[in-house]
Amino acid sequence: MNRDVIYFDNAATSWPKPPQTIAAMQNYMQNIGGSPGRSGHRLSIEAARIVFDAREKLAQLFNVPDPLQIVLTRNATEGLNIAVFGFLKPGDHVITSGMEHNSVMRPLRAMEARGVGITVVPCDSDGLIDPGDVVKAIRKNTKAIFITNASNVTGTVMPVSDIGRLAREHGLVLCVDAAQTAGCFPIDVAEMNIDLLAFTGHKALFGPSGTGGLYIREGLEKGIEPICVGGTGSRSEVETQPDFMPDRFEAGTPNTVGIAGLRAGVEFVLAQGVAQIKSREEKLVRMFIEGVSDLPGIILYGRKSVDRRTPAVSFNIDGMDPAAVALELDEQFGVMSRSGLHCAPAAHKTIGTYPMGTVRFSFSFFNTEEQIIKSIEALKQIGKGRKNR
Amino acid sequence: MNEKSQYSVMLFKAVSYVLKAEKILKKENLPHKLIPVPKNISSDCGICLRFDPALQNKIEAALLNKVEVEEIRALRD
Repeated sequence: MNRDVIYFDNAATSWPKPPQTIAAMQNYMQNIGGSPGRSGHRLSIEAARIVFDAREKLAQLFNVPDPLQIVLTRNATEGLNIAVFGFLKPGDHVITSGMEHNSVMRPLRAMEARGVGITVVPCDSDGLIDPGDVVKAIRKNTKAIFITNASNVTGTVMPVSDIGRLAREHGLVLCVDAAQTAGCFPIDVAEMNIDLLAFTGHKALFGPSGTGGLYIREGLEKGIEPICVGGTGSRSEVETQPDFMPDRFEAGTPNTVGIAGLRAGVEFVLAQGVAQIKSREEKLVRMFIEGVSDLPGIILYGRKSVDRRTPAVSFNIDGMDPAAVALELDEQFGVMSRSGLHCAPAAHKTIGTYPMGTVRFSFSFFNTEEQIIKSIEALKQIGKGRKNR
Repeated sequence: MNEKSQYSVMLFKAVSYVLKAEKILKKENLPHKLIPVPKNISSDCGICLRFDPALQNKIEAALLNKVEVEEIRALRD
């Protein structure tokens, strides 16, 4: 590992990963290697056990009653595509927020072109949605609410439990994009009335890229068409897609090596405990926000308090292009950040940073106080240089 | 007829269901074995659970309302 690098881009993908993730992937490649659910030999069965066990651990993490209600996907985007393209029909209406990532917005816009009505509920300048505004947007043909659990730009955590309650009251399906929260924020699909939960494996779940999933509430799968069909290892005698979970949505050989890593990553999260991970990250965010809020020229976006936010923080240095700040952070200070629009133009319009974007720092469990102090010093230096230009 | 060569197999929709059943039976200490589905039963390429017919009631009770079982067949080697 390069110890000179300060990696603050965990909202894009987390790094480093726990050693267990890497060891599990190596073990699969070296000692197992079989295709899960395809053959009857011991290596195939062992591979299938890994995949099943990954589902079980994810089910434990999200309080999903049946592990087989979790579809394993390439990423959160694929899960959201299943939810949007498989579930919505022309004539339906859906509600979403003004803080969505393009992984929600683009599939919804694509369905809009096919006759689905979309209402984008505006959020306040911190990126927070008012559940009352969601209720006002409900129409006769409203079928679902698609909402991010937390913004990837500002880290703002949405009041998903409140929205879940009103979705239930109005008979609407609630689909939550948990790309930024799965693993670092408590998620309970039963308690929060979540019907569809899309998550990624390579961020706070500490799996590798190419992993993720979609939880589908039992019974709801019947109303969702698969967007990809093919071999499943089950019902081989019939030439139509099986209708049962999770095979209905899992065609083709899965990313077994990735799932082996994901399983180890989730195991790590369960062993540490989401509450402990969250409190560690809150400490880092608090330290960073307190450290930079007095710096001249720094503009912070989103909530200034650490409650109801993830460890993703957006900021700008007044008068500087965020891309130039990010480049200087990398080249002069070894700090890895992400600048620009973060695939979420709607969110940047909401917080008033469109089209310029922001610089984003996103911390993880593996970051240290020392790294936060160094990054604050770096921003101080960059800010000073700005005045001398 | 050799009674000892008799066994039963339990068939499921897919391998993930077999593994779900396997976890439950392991927990309940009910002996079983995963084997490829015998060709004379199904053309499917999956695996099934093989067990002693004497345990059928206990195994069925353990899986009730937890794993959907497709079929149980008594077989002979």
